[in-house]
Amino acid sequence: MTDTSLLTQSLHQLLSERPYVRDFFAALNLTPPDDEISLGAFLDGIPAAHLEEFALDHATLTSQCVDFITQMEAFQSSETSTVREVTIKAGVDKSGTKEQQDLILRSGEVVCVVGPTGSGKSRLLADIECLAQGDTPSKRQILLDGQVPDENRRLSGEQQLVAQLSQNMNFVMDLTVREFITMHAESRLISDVAERVEQIFTTAVDLAGEPFTLDTPVTALSGGQSRALMIADVACLSASPIVLIDEIENAGVDRRRALDLLVKEEKIVLMATHDPLLALSGDRRLVIRNGGIAAIIETSDEERQGLGQLTALDKKLSRLRDQVRHGERIIFDLQQLAE
Amino acid sequence: MKLITVAGPPSCGKTSIILRAIEPLVASGLKVGVVKFDCLTSDDYLRYEQAGIEVKTGLAGGLCPDHFFIANIEQAVQWGQREGFDLLISESAGLCNRCSPHIKDVLAVCVIDHLSGVHTPRKIGPMLKSADVVVLTKGDIVSQAEREVFAFRVRQVNPKAAVLPVNGLTGQGTLLLQRHFQSAAEVTTLNDMRLRFTMPAALCSYCLGETRIGPDCQIGNIKTMDFS
Ligand SMILES: Nc1nc2c(ncn2[C@@H]2O[C@H](COP(=O)(O)OP(=O)(O)OP(=O)(O)O)[C@@H](O)[C@H]2O)c(=O)[nH]1
Ligand SMILES: [Mg+2]
Ligand SMILES: [Zn+2]
Ligand SMILES: [Zn+2]
Repeated sequence: MTDTSLLTQSLHQLLSERPYVRDFFAALNLTPPDDEISLGAFLDGIPAAHLEEFALDHATLTSQCVDFITQMEAFQSSETSTVREVTIKAGVDKSGTKEQQDLILRSGEVVCVVGPTGSGKSRLLADIECLAQGDTPSKRQILLDGQVPDENRRLSGEQQLVAQLSQNMNFVMDLTVREFITMHAESRLISDVAERVEQIFTTAVDLAGEPFTLDTPVTALSGGQSRALMIADVACLSASPIVLIDEIENAGVDRRRALDLLVKEEKIVLMATHDPLLALSGDRRLVIRNGGIAAIIETSDEERQGLGQLTALDKKLSRLRDQVRHGERIIFDLQQLAE
Repeated sequence: MKLITVAGPPSCGKTSIILRAIEPLVASGLKVGVVKFDCLTSDDYLRYEQAGIEVKTGLAGGLCPDHFFIANIEQAVQWGQREGFDLLISESAGLCNRCSPHIKDVLAVCVIDHLSGVHTPRKIGPMLKSADVVVLTKGDIVSQAEREVFAFRVRQVNPKAAVLPVNGLTGQGTLLLQRHFQSAAEVTTLNDMRLRFTMPAALCSYCLGETRIGPDCQIGNIKTMDFS
């Protein structure tokens, strides 16, 4: 849409097609009337004294308003083109030894990242986040759906590939669950906000096990409830195709179901974990050593079969945890536990 | 010499991200200097010195720090050139939400932290609105949803800026910021260059030292609220 055709559009039409235009004016303490006056005429009619408070004049205001709408339009259209495949072209480890192979991450896949602290997990993540183009110490190159990403878009930071879920993260906004999800949904410029709020809320309660309501302030949620809401929100609303999960271990949520949800929502799940149960629920494990990807282990059939036994063992352990939690004495027979 | 203005609210992470971003530049042999503009006190010079960065501190005292900045930045540029810096960075505490140190054709960076709340982007005015690069810090302790909402609100206020999340503690995200630093324009003098935004001057009698209260003492540019 050209600048002039934007400026001649009526506010009524503009506001119904682009409700976010209200935000632009709200920031300037203005409420645009929902009537037939054109955008250009409305802008021209704002008293100069009012604009001066914001260090603006009419020409700057008009160009900022047009920029704003153009940017929001671009934002909205980039939403529809989600990345489905991220290629990490082989680079070098800290000693300069070339990595063995390129790696392709696909949506709906769970990939575990293993290796001790300092082995280079953050380096790999940083490469993905900044869409490395051979210009990081690892010399890796990132392709999106097989293409080299546009350099200007890269520098603008507008494409955030990785959404992060970690134990250190908390809600800091003073909002209820409903207001919180609504605010996120609105910032994604989606049309079915109310529906999406309901969906995320139901999913989160389901994951958490302990119920909460839409009117609970997010800061009053328990650790498990917060984690569950964060996971449901990232799965259903985040703009990023990759979800990085750090230490889901003792998060107090149903971990398997959390992973299933992210996979169902077509995310690429990267999980830093050393928990065998979680590691085996992944499709592959990236072994990180000395700053490089030293090996890629596909989960074997044998390992998958072992998963059954591990799950049974895990159930027994969590029963023991429950006994401790409920203040009971643990009565167990080691023999029975191993079965 | 390249010049960059970095501004942001107190304690938002300016020193942290500057140190992180210049670390590899310094290691590659670039000579970097910093001028810190603050109000009453600042310990930032200790951290810069510890990192081997030459630093000067200017304290504005009772003046708006941005007014103080603009009266001193040309001298800072001359100092930087005498010292033979490749890159001079000014760090200013954005205390006055109505002013901003950003200069036309000088790379302008605004730093804000995620803890300051989603309404902040609208509140801080020209310092954010006229920046080329907006750095968002402390994302490591808030939820993904809050990070996304925050970045969106920043883009609403400044649609043209690059918006880069950077962790001031670990340096995660600094690569793209460095790329912007490296593309900053060269300057030899700021004479005849212009601020990106007009700064309102000290215009009322209180700016000039008046302490008595009452309509007779209010001279100049006075704005009154409506309590009816
Ligand atoms: N968690 C976290 N803390 C940070 C981050 N960036 C900075 N900090 C901390 O925030 C505090 C303030 O950081 P500074 O870099 O001193 O902030 P500043 O903006 O230079 O502060 P002034 O110059 O005093 O206005 C320090 O304790 C930092 O360690 C970040 O990304 N995450
Ligand atoms: Mg500082
Ligand atoms: Zn000021
Ligand atoms: Zn005054």
